[in-house]
Amino acid sequence: MRYLPHSPAERSEMLGVIGAADIDALFSAVPARALKSIDLRLPAHSPEFLVEAHMRALAAKNRSGADGPFFVGAGAYRHHVPATVDHLIQRSEWLTAYTPYQPEISQGTLQMLFEFQTQVAKLTGMDVANASLYDGSTGTAEAVLMARRITKRPKIVLSGGLHPHYRDVVKAYLKDDADLECLTASPEGQGDILDHIDEQTAAIVIQTPDFYGHLRNLRTAADAAHAKGALLIVVITEVVSLGLLEAPGALGADIVVAEGQSIGNALNFGGPYLGLLATRKEFIRQMPGRICGETVDAEGQRGFVLTLSTREQHIRREKATSNICTNSGLCALAFSIHMALLGEAGFTRLARLNHANACKLADALAAVPGVEVLNTTFFNEMTIRTSQPAAALIERLAMRGILGGVPVSRLEPDDPSVSNLIVLAATELTTDADIAALCAALAEELA
Amino acid sequence: MTTKFTPDHEYIRVEGSTGTVGITPYAQEALGDIVFVELPEVGKVLKKGDEAAVVESVKAASEIYAPVAGTVTEVNQELSGNPGLINADPEAGGWIYKITIADAAEIETLLDSDAYAELTL
Amino acid sequence: MSMNNQGRPTGTGTSGFAATSGSALLPNEPLLFEIGDTEHSGVDLPDVTISGDRLRGFERKTPLDLAGLTEPEAMRHYVRLSRLNHSIDSGMYPLGSCTMKHNPRLNEKMARLPGFSDIHPLQPVSTVQGALELMNELSHWLMTLTNTAAVALTPKAGAHGELLGMMAIKAAQEAAGQSHRKIVLVPESAHGTNPATAAFLGYTVKPVPAREDGTVDVEAVKAALSPDVAAIMLTNPNTCGLFEPQVIEIAAAVHEAGAFFYCDGANFNAIMGVVRPGDLGIDAMHINLHKTFSTPHGGGGPGAGPVVLSEALAPFAPVPFVRKGEKSLELVEHAEAQALGRVTAFHGQMGMYVRALTYMLSHGGDGLAQAAEDAVLNANYIKARLSHVFSVPFPDYPTMHEALFDDSFLEGTGVTTLDFAKALIDEGFHPMTMYFPLVVHGAMLIEPTESESKQTLDRFCDVMEELAQDAKAGNRERFTAAPMKAPRRRLDETRAARQPVLKWERPEETLKAAE
Repeated sequence: MRYLPHSPAERSEMLGVIGAADIDALFSAVPARALKSIDLRLPAHSPEFLVEAHMRALAAKNRSGADGPFFVGAGAYRHHVPATVDHLIQRSEWLTAYTPYQPEISQGTLQMLFEFQTQVAKLTGMDVANASLYDGSTGTAEAVLMARRITKRPKIVLSGGLHPHYRDVVKAYLKDDADLECLTASPEGQGDILDHIDEQTAAIVIQTPDFYGHLRNLRTAADAAHAKGALLIVVITEVVSLGLLEAPGALGADIVVAEGQSIGNALNFGGPYLGLLATRKEFIRQMPGRICGETVDAEGQRGFVLTLSTREQHIRREKATSNICTNSGLCALAFSIHMALLGEAGFTRLARLNHANACKLADALAAVPGVEVLNTTFFNEMTIRTSQPAAALIERLAMRGILGGVPVSRLEPDDPSVSNLIVLAATELTTDADIAALCAALAEELA
Repeated sequence: MTTKFTPDHEYIRVEGSTGTVGITPYAQEALGDIVFVELPEVGKVLKKGDEAAVVESVKAASEIYAPVAGTVTEVNQELSGNPGLINADPEAGGWIYKITIADAAEIETLLDSDAYAELTL
Repeated sequence: MSMNNQGRPTGTGTSGFAATSGSALLPNEPLLFEIGDTEHSGVDLPDVTISGDRLRGFERKTPLDLAGLTEPEAMRHYVRLSRLNHSIDSGMYPLGSCTMKHNPRLNEKMARLPGFSDIHPLQPVSTVQGALELMNELSHWLMTLTNTAAVALTPKAGAHGELLGMMAIKAAQEAAGQSHRKIVLVPESAHGTNPATAAFLGYTVKPVPAREDGTVDVEAVKAALSPDVAAIMLTNPNTCGLFEPQVIEIAAAVHEAGAFFYCDGANFNAIMGVVRPGDLGIDAMHINLHKTFSTPHGGGGPGAGPVVLSEALAPFAPVPFVRKGEKSLELVEHAEAQALGRVTAFHGQMGMYVRALTYMLSHGGDGLAQAAEDAVLNANYIKARLSHVFSVPFPDYPTMHEALFDDSFLEGTGVTTLDFAKALIDEGFHPMTMYFPLVVHGAMLIEPTESESKQTLDRFCDVMEELAQDAKAGNRERFTAAPMKAPRRRLDETRAARQPVLKWERPEETLKAAE
């Protein structure tokens, strides 16, 4: 077996040193009836080329993004990732290092995390950021719990524009919690959350651009929340939008959670992704997850360490701020490298390109009979209402080789009012020909 | 003025009906460099043994329990900016909070300095 | 405890930093923000004009101030930084309970096939049948290796899986009208995530003491069980590296009392293909794909923590999961009656599923069993070679895949476990896990994994012996000053925690803040 270094002779020699008759003697604590009790009927070991053939056959049954016009978004976005990013993250020293618990021999990872935290803080306009969380959805649940710890209040209000999966994750985390209020879906971008803030409210959660693509007014929301002593949690699923839209920190956000996948990370059928979490300085000690900080070594040289770890589970055990043990290190590295390659100039151009393509898409869709664009504002994503049920329409488009967006009913199956709605995204990868193909196909299907 | 101790290494310095609570030199030595202190809120009503504050070192976080029942009247704000005061001077500048003693009889159940010294030998 | 509070100022943002020390192949690398600026970019993108934008007053006014680098500059920055890391590929990484095994590169290649990496979680299910097939196949392997009825693939990491498993137990207890069960038993030797998870779900944690021999006594469990106990969380093999000899009796007692058995599967590497946890009576167990099934640790994630579930818990599995339909595979994305809903957006860590399945197919059932046996063999070999120098706290049983020593051999030397471990760095090894499990004083937990050759193990043991002798001989400086050959000497963690500096600021901002 190519991954196992011992020869049979070495195994025997080692057993001799141990003083064990055979390998089973080392498993003597295992109850006899549980040890190798049954033939598992699993295939035997296999050479690389056969494993590769098997995996390629599976991959070939999937339609990948490059196979044709692609407009699927709704919380995960298809962007170009520079070749440099994937090359660098596969270097052994990044790929096969553990969590940097021994800082003297982990300065690469630690300095990268410090740079990553700085990038996230600048993007969001917040004071501090952590070293990443699993993804945007679990990050939102963590932010909600954090707001409760800070305010010592129970009530959480989720906007109707929050990604339905994110809402469901928060629901699962706060199971049976009477203090969680989820507002009904708001595909038209209608904002009603401000009426739900009271003296018991820990936080309101607003996504912008929201799930349906609308840009939400954070300043008004922040003022209304703060007037009652509540916090504003801002959720962002398309982090590229921050290249064009005002930083939430400048508009009064208290905690910002974002899905960072768009920068540096492939679609990967939903994971691994990258949760970003940033907040105000005064809430540092309530922030979940790992944090990297600057210090000096015994010779006075600048260096970095994981810090404030007393909040974490391995020390606080049942009093920890969260049960999180890992972050999303390699995805954070990919994000950080891609962001360094872009820089302010590149990131701004990327955001403009996304918005420009989305404007073209919206204009073209609006001209298709049977299609109504619901958005007056958006970044790179929008919602349309079609004259036919959306789920079946999307299937028919797929048969024509076009991945035409996400039918809202896939995420909100119990809400009949959304059955004719489709959420579509454009990115820098969307071409004029893609848009023309989609509109032509829609026109034929809806005729 | 008397000072009493708990087996959990808190001291309480009693002056009239007020007690000043902190951790002993032995405890600060064992914890190492203190990096953060979570102070109680003024006005908080504590029962004997309630968690009143948390002191954190780099590698550990320890709850500070109320040696006796009472109401928190004052907290040492200096510690927010300079938690190292607990290491430098645990019994004077490094005090943590003050409490009005609800039941003077509870003081008598605590250890005196000799008994505490014996405990930490 | 304080290491050095007298270090000179950090030099944050000073232009002279790049010129400070560092050897020929290990140059000190400035921060990205000290070498890049807002004009440079390593990505060519057209600067488009937008007619009729839809931003309507939401435009950014705050400057981004993000530093950029051209491609050659970026390449050099990240390659230089990478050299400051230890990694599995460059040396042994004997971290107990972390399973730092070799990460096969075929896994990486497969995960990057566009058919896996360039597919969207919400594109039509008819266009991702291969992905669903892969999830099904991975589930089959996990259920077969554990003899369980169901698996929830979606958790993003071990702790996340643990949370989901305990949520399923809570949901099952509630469905059975047993919501009054508010206690979870956790042995003292447990990993910190166990009590953190139980407390998070509103349970009171009741510790179960360990026996002198490092294992859990079924009688102690029976004594702790009551009609208020919802579950026990037990790691097996446990954190002391021992297989719990009474695990079947413990499971029976737990079930008898109407409670569930959550098994922390962090140490599954010792028994995969050899012992099926389902045969031991577990109800739920998370499996760390990044430990047992070789998906890379990546400097701290991403991980993946699928949870296998017994028949009793299967109805409480979260969404999504794959189901065989009449003509094709279906993806069930919405909770049925009892299920606990959704613990993450989308479908979990597909990138990790691909790597783990590739690893399983490469090994086959026979190779996985051989890997587990080799992992156990290696740990016992280290224990056998070193037990004349190091003290073994629990000598009664053969160890599983980890060798545990305590610090009594250091008594009177003035050297701590931490010092000893840091000295290993100077010898080219990553330190072992220290001070865990908490039940052993000055614990040193060594997990070699199956990936280490006998040659490497011998060299590691030689170094450990030599270090122990040197510590006993009174050469204290070698340990208290260690590491001396690493890119950095010991770092001042007190300073980092007292005055947290968590991001780079321009020198003028730092000055302003200080005023």
